[in-house]
Amino acid sequence: MLFDYNVVLDSLPLYFDGVLVTLKLLAIALAVGLLAAVPLAMMRVSRQPLINFPAWLYTYVIRGTPMLVQLYLLYYGLAQFEAVRESFMWPYLSNATFCACLAFAINTSAYSAEILAGSLKATPHGEIEAAKAMGMSRAKLYRRILLPSALRRALPQYSNEVIMMLHTTSLASVVTLIDITGAAKTVSSQFYLPFEAYITAGLFYLALTFILVRLFKLAERRWLAYLAPRKH
Amino acid sequence: MFNGYGSTILDGAWLTVQLALLSMAVAVVLGLIGAAFRLSPVRWLALMGETYATVIRGIPDLVLILLIFYGGQDLVNRIAMMVEYDGYIDINPFVAGVGTLGFIYGAYLSETFRGAFMAIPKGQGEAGVAYGMSPLRVFLRILVPQMIRLAIPGVTNNWLVLVKATALISLVGLQDMMARAKSAGDATREPFTYILLAAAIYLAMTSVSLLVLRYLERRYSVGVKAAEI
Repeated sequence: MLFDYNVVLDSLPLYFDGVLVTLKLLAIALAVGLLAAVPLAMMRVSRQPLINFPAWLYTYVIRGTPMLVQLYLLYYGLAQFEAVRESFMWPYLSNATFCACLAFAINTSAYSAEILAGSLKATPHGEIEAAKAMGMSRAKLYRRILLPSALRRALPQYSNEVIMMLHTTSLASVVTLIDITGAAKTVSSQFYLPFEAYITAGLFYLALTFILVRLFKLAERRWLAYLAPRKH
Repeated sequence: MFNGYGSTILDGAWLTVQLALLSMAVAVVLGLIGAAFRLSPVRWLALMGETYATVIRGIPDLVLILLIFYGGQDLVNRIAMMVEYDGYIDINPFVAGVGTLGFIYGAYLSETFRGAFMAIPKGQGEAGVAYGMSPLRVFLRILVPQMIRLAIPGVTNNWLVLVKATALISLVGLQDMMARAKSAGDATREPFTYILLAAAIYLAMTSVSLLVLRYLERRYSVGVKAAEI
């Protein structure tokens, strides 16, 4: 037979469990990554070399190496050091879910920081001058003027990053997690039907991608309405 | 150095470079065809191009690699069995890797090229038609040379992503730099050292790429006046 539907239908529950794992990994990675990206972006727009350089180096190294390498370094690499194996962090660092989330969060923090830094730099200078003229402190300037506007303007590019991250989570299957790709691997080896197994996984990712694109379109309509072209 | 594993990892690095360059060549060709399809006035061609770009960009690289490598091999053999061909057809991981990465990044590049073509003033193509050039000649002689400059930033990004994506081919059994670093690490029980070495070489590759592409961008922008702000 050229395509075995029954196997796919029978293993749908496994795929749906995989969707939950994928979404969990994505949500944790994005939340932690964005939290780290805000201070990193603020460092990246600083004119002080001592503040700017470490953030630049961090984003440059993370963005210049493959995600798979970063994941391997954390999951397989760290076990090399006895100090790590004996530290209180070891129960976490030997856990595949923790390592995957950490690696994804580190990765997305670097990309998001660059996106956010670009957006911060694109703030019209009049807004900053006006805030200074009102006597705002630096902290208040960031809290009230720069960040709310920069986070909004970063939305279209950030949506791309989120989709990339959704695709990146498929690497979790390499470190034994049963996400969508992991489910496909299981089905593929159980029934020896790789074609059906991976096509199904692909369809699930495609559906999730479309849903995310749609959600971001709605978010842009909500938070970027003031930048949309006039309709009348 | 590196207990004698240094040279096998460097061999792997060379394989990674070959894989990346060949995949990029395939991707550029597919990207140009994809962009031409998507901009074509013929409805079904445009729809085909659009479907290619949307579907491929909506699915993770890893899943596509596993699908094409394992699924493709399975499918080829199922068809072979149907036509009563005896024997098992094995796909070479390097060839499959080049094809797969080329196919995936062709979709991303078709997006870049499409944007670049659309940014060329309409009159350019029309002038070519007025000179009696065939559509293919207009495409190759007038549109493509002008498109390159506009496409370079997008191509740079795609190339960097592609170089990093080559590491995924190690998961389907190609003995590239990633696979060799991993097995050297397992053999010596020093995984961190060897994976870090691989990371450093990947970083060197992306850094060199950035410099080369920045130079190319300057070269192709000769004669274009940048407005001073």
